[in-house]
Amino acid sequence: MTAFWILAPVMVIAALGILFVRKAVHAALLLAVVMVSLAVLYAALEAPFLFAVQIIVYTGAILMLFLFVLMLVGVDASDSVVETIRGQRLLATVVGLLFGATLVISLSQLTFGTVVGLDAANEGGNVEALANLLFSRYVFAFETTSALLITAAMGAMLLAHRERLTAKLGQREQAAQRMADYAETGRHPGPLPAPGVFARHNAVDTPALLPDGSPSQASISRVLAARGAVRTAPVEQINEVLRQLGAREVGPAPSTQVSQEEPVIADDAAPAPPAEAPGDISRPDLAGEPEGDA
Amino acid sequence: MQTEPYILLSAILFTIGCIGVLVRRNAIVVFMCVELMLNASNLALVTFAKANGNLEGQIAAFFVMVVAAAEVVVGLAIIMTIFRARRSASVDDASLLKY
Repeated sequence: MTAFWILAPVMVIAALGILFVRKAVHAALLLAVVMVSLAVLYAALEAPFLFAVQIIVYTGAILMLFLFVLMLVGVDASDSVVETIRGQRLLATVVGLLFGATLVISLSQLTFGTVVGLDAANEGGNVEALANLLFSRYVFAFETTSALLITAAMGAMLLAHRERLTAKLGQREQAAQRMADYAETGRHPGPLPAPGVFARHNAVDTPALLPDGSPSQASISRVLAARGAVRTAPVEQINEVLRQLGAREVGPAPSTQVSQEEPVIADDAAPAPPAEAPGDISRPDLAGEPEGDA
Repeated sequence: MQTEPYILLSAILFTIGCIGVLVRRNAIVVFMCVELMLNASNLALVTFAKANGNLEGQIAAFFVMVVAAAEVVVGLAIIMTIFRARRSASVDDASLLKY
């Protein structure tokens, strides 16, 4: 029982964590904690075969599949904790707790009798005893399982397979498409700006700065922006760079005069709002600082 | 050894998984909560196997694991397909069947 009393609180806390953590990867790791703890409980309950299967199948295969799909899907708005139907979360929690209370109360009214123990059943070894049962009384269910697994593998292949409906775009077609876009919408035909240009450092999470000091959304990966892992350079360091370049400083001090001969300042005094909201990509504590004048 | 604490832990984990399915919006996290419920029932099965002194509970838990593996494979493939079509893994966005 010692293993149980140590592991049970850990499992309950980790399982509650799945409800409350925001990122799906964290939920997967907490689920791994629950599953490994369950495996240890199986070992304590005289089920060494299920202990191994739990580790290999659940923690090894299923959770890795979860993480793999999480990496493929990436992060998006579904990680947010904003509730879309009003009152749904509260109602769901209340109903769930009622269900749990019903379960616990009805279980506490039962008596389970004395524990027989598996010493007699595990006489010649747990794996051998399980095999004797599996290949005699449950052999039909076991064979049906193989049909199920084959069907599942086929289904996964069918669902994940994507038929190519159009011809693959070559380099020439892509170039023609870029020029056509430029002619129609004026979209820049060249490569996107690199991250870290004119910024504090050249890491990928530091967006390039536009001439008015606002971060350029096009220069950072969509995934980093969705995770909120984007840094912006502090305004003093932008000023330092600007001073070296001989331009006027941006900064929290309000710059009211607009002189037309310096286009940097003209941009600066009336900061054109970037196409995308800058608050989305910068850290909350730094949000709005680079364009904090006006 | 007592049986009751194991069964109660199993019930608590099942309830948490149940609430998770109802509350979370990310389809993958919803799926993880389903796995949590399956695991909770497995714990009860293994506990009953020990309490009753025969291995049928362990066999049942083994079959639950096999079915869970098959279910995860197909379910994640469905989530991938939905994500590919709609660029979102949120269960709220997959509401096309409503209309």
